[in-house]
Amino acid sequence: MTAIETKDLTKKYKDKVAVDALNLTIEQGEMFALLGVNGAGKTTTIKMLSCLTRPTGGDAVILGDSITKNSLKVKEKINVSTQETAVARNLSVRENLEFICSIYGFGKAESKKRADEMIEKFDFREIEKSKAKTLSGGWQRRLSIAMALISEPRVLFLDEPTLGLDVLARRELWNIIEKLKGKITIILTTHYLEEAEHLSDRIAVMSKGCLKAVGTAAELMELTGADNFEDAFVSLAGNVTV
Amino acid sequence: MKSLAFASRNSKEILRDKLNIGFGVGFPVILLVLLTLIQSNVPVDMFKIETLAPGIVIFGLAFISLFSAVLISKDRSESLILRLFTSPLTPADYILGYTLPMLPIAVAQTAICYIVSFLLGLKLSFNVLLAVAVSIPAAVLFISIGLLCGALLNDKQVGGVCGALLTNLTAWLSGIWFDPNLVGGWFRKFSNLLPFMHAVNAGRAAMAGNYSKILPELAVVAGYALVVSVLAVLAFNKKMNSDEI
Repeated sequence: MTAIETKDLTKKYKDKVAVDALNLTIEQGEMFALLGVNGAGKTTTIKMLSCLTRPTGGDAVILGDSITKNSLKVKEKINVSTQETAVARNLSVRENLEFICSIYGFGKAESKKRADEMIEKFDFREIEKSKAKTLSGGWQRRLSIAMALISEPRVLFLDEPTLGLDVLARRELWNIIEKLKGKITIILTTHYLEEAEHLSDRIAVMSKGCLKAVGTAAELMELTGADNFEDAFVSLAGNVTV
Repeated sequence: MKSLAFASRNSKEILRDKLNIGFGVGFPVILLVLLTLIQSNVPVDMFKIETLAPGIVIFGLAFISLFSAVLISKDRSESLILRLFTSPLTPADYILGYTLPMLPIAVAQTAICYIVSFLLGLKLSFNVLLAVAVSIPAAVLFISIGLLCGALLNDKQVGGVCGALLTNLTAWLSGIWFDPNLVGGWFRKFSNLLPFMHAVNAGRAAMAGNYSKILPELAVVAGYALVVSVLAVLAFNKKMNSDEI
């Protein structure tokens, strides 16, 4: 079953093409990574797919609904963890979690139940009453991801989820993300190649708004004739002969 | 339901900012006490508590614009708004969510001003309740100004426009401390053109029992409130649909 299908998805800012006629198909339950250097069009693609910015051309269908014609329906099925930590700073950890449940239409009892589950899953017990602004960057990022998961989205966008985290915090997040594999569709952007290689079922490499290649890490290495994934990425993203 | 959930979060954000509350409630109350003390030493008609209280109430409401504009512009500058814009909240949910918490805060602020006024000698009467009701269109106007500024300006600009410009315009052009008619000329015309003096006059008319004078003054305030509310909704919708949040 297809979760996401983009058809010539395009975004232009005046004369600059950020994403150029992107055609992608992502299956349900797949963990899909978007890779590329800065300015490749990854974040713009995520912004279009999550209905944050309107495409200037083409369209995408997420679980049967068009992002241009039926964005509200799409929004009910997705959730996003943005590049920067997105939490309500003056609310406590529990309040943040319950707040997200309530804006996705869950009642009080259900919101509390889901918040309890997330507090357990993300080890928030000791800090559940602390205001988000008092947490360290790592804990804020964990909270931000928990807030993206609490609505039980069928499609989850993770834009640079481990940016700025230390190695241990990153590994902890990897464990959480790995447990979601197969259950929901996840689209991940990252600069960490080992993260994409470790977590993803398939990887798309973008450069200057264009899709260069899609496949498993092994397929991309085979395609470029590279010995390792980093060389394969450099070859595809930078048009550099390795 | 979703708008109420969003409103609940917004009221928590505002009420947990102690500086907001201290300034928004404390400043008008201090002015009320100080000017009443001046009145007791040097009697001035304008500083009689029945005349002063409706003016200070309107001045206090100017801070409501600052509260709402700061909240919205801060939300826009942080990533939380990106998360919210990918949620199933509709434009109406945002507008209601930002507006609803402000009304009880405005009513509470007005009530505090009148409670302090009772302590300073104001007599409890039906007209005081009427004056509270008459201040509601002004509250809607200031909330709309906040929504409009929050949608269009960044948090630094909001501090300048709502924190400095609007409070000064309300202070100088509303006839709270002096009668703009005494200055005359362009100052009087300008004061008449803006809604602040009319909002104060409506409150004073209610307090004095001059019921026939309330509606004409209130019509100007309500007109401004309607126009600014429509502009705020349009600005907010435009921001939601643009690439630059």
